[in-house]
Amino acid sequence: MENNNNIPIDDLTEEFVVNIGPQHPSTHGVLRLQATLDGETIKDLLPVLGYIHRGIEKMTESLGYKQSIYLTSRMDYLSAHINNQACSLAIEKGMQIEVPERAKAIRIIMAELQRLTSHELWWGSCAMDLGAVTPFFLAFRDRERILDIFEGNTGNRLTMNYITPGGVMFDVLPNFASSIKELLVKVKEHLKEYEELITGNVIFQHRLKGVGILPRELAISMGCTGPVARASGISCDVRKYHPYDGYDKLDFKEIVIDGCDSWARYKVRMEEMKQSIHIIEQLIHNIPEGEFRAKVKGVIKLPVGEYYQRVETARGELGVYIVSDGGNKPYRMKFRAASFSNLGALKPITVGAKIGDLMASMATIDLVIPDIDR
Amino acid sequence: MDVNKDFIPDFPGDIYKDDTGKTNFIVTSVDSIANWARSNSLWPLSFGTSCCAIELMSTVSAKYDWSRFGFEVMRASPRQCDLIIVAGTITYKMAPVLKRLYNQMPEPRYVIAMGACAISGGPFFYNSYSVVKGVDNIIPVDVYIPGCPPRPEALIHGMMTLQNKIKNSKAYVIENPKKEENE
Repeated sequence: MENNNNIPIDDLTEEFVVNIGPQHPSTHGVLRLQATLDGETIKDLLPVLGYIHRGIEKMTESLGYKQSIYLTSRMDYLSAHINNQACSLAIEKGMQIEVPERAKAIRIIMAELQRLTSHELWWGSCAMDLGAVTPFFLAFRDRERILDIFEGNTGNRLTMNYITPGGVMFDVLPNFASSIKELLVKVKEHLKEYEELITGNVIFQHRLKGVGILPRELAISMGCTGPVARASGISCDVRKYHPYDGYDKLDFKEIVIDGCDSWARYKVRMEEMKQSIHIIEQLIHNIPEGEFRAKVKGVIKLPVGEYYQRVETARGELGVYIVSDGGNKPYRMKFRAASFSNLGALKPITVGAKIGDLMASMATIDLVIPDIDR
Repeated sequence: MDVNKDFIPDFPGDIYKDDTGKTNFIVTSVDSIANWARSNSLWPLSFGTSCCAIELMSTVSAKYDWSRFGFEVMRASPRQCDLIIVAGTITYKMAPVLKRLYNQMPEPRYVIAMGACAISGGPFFYNSYSVVKGVDNIIPVDVYIPGCPPRPEALIHGMMTLQNKIKNSKAYVIENPKKEENE
């Protein structure tokens, strides 16, 4: 730019604050980002939370343990099964009951199917944020197939409340295994289609490569977990390090890519979908026979103490921390949500970048806002 | 002159041919033709706060495909919308934003309360300190769709109910003045 007055260009520009959200299609909900811009460069980014704070943690204190599980479905609704599982596991820890093998297998199959639906939705909306509309429809095509299985077996499409303390709510349908086998054949075919359509697309790669760089040290200090951390070279899969419900007996790889940018986060999720399919395939051929739920009292009372359980949701580590005073209601229930910690990384990776790259960074961090605000 | 019924099957009025055999004039009322046009091209605002927004997305996309009914033009700006689907919980922090979005929409504007949270504060969140107990406390609602979250079929049914409501209303006369708007 020509500058006749010999004034440095920095002095000619003016900082400008833009509020992105709370009503903005790319924030995937009601997150508000206060972006201070200098031209197109982001100088500062302040996420404003609380637009969907529903007080779930406080409400659990007035509900029973079983009722609290229904609330967890509404936290990270794209990982509803896994949230239910986390809460159930924490309660089971306190009750010291053994979950039947059949229930464990069903839980893992459901959790991995849930991870598939979540990553598929992410894939569609990520591509849509970057300007491609077709992937959104393709992703939902497969997602609906999985939701049909959820609906048939659990009775609901999105907020299932299927996994309860002691096992699962109902036994699965007789055609459960065969329907999933059929599904996986199609999903595998379609994953190849996804790779051809988007992963190999040069325009898409240029939008993601070298954008939103999250160094390893920063990811650790921000407490990032899940695909976001694994794309920065941190091995942190809870299913590997603190196995629950029999993940230790299964053969699957933890996807760790040392790319640190948005492209690495994209690759991690695409590979994770394949691993989820691999996990389901191991279980679906031999679901153990037997009880689907251990005998649990109508009103659950946990002994006095503190119980913590962590699981790997589609977005990272979900921790459920229960403090019990011996009554039939939790004294305190705290959720350590993955999206909240991952959101912390958004500011450091976008400050200094262009505003167009903000959406790419946000899309690959894959936030669920009610999980942040709870 | 013959009445040409096959020209547009659901056209509200009579279409007449002239001597050349081509359609030349129609007999209808302003109400019915304006409502016919309005109800078949509702542009919804892409507004979703929580779980119901995912079912809203399901309704938009491949399997349910609400563009069959003329709703597919989702707009991100309230200035271009006729319809706001309140999909999800509205908290007290979000309420002024929703109110402003509604006020920014051009008339005639319609509201669908989708899901238990938007109808009454939710099946669970009714007891919460931060949740608005029904979105009709803030903005007037035309159609309520129960469910947590409602199925895509339920949403489509709700949208068709709204279409019927529009078709049976007066196009340029506001019969019942809408609720007093207080910020």
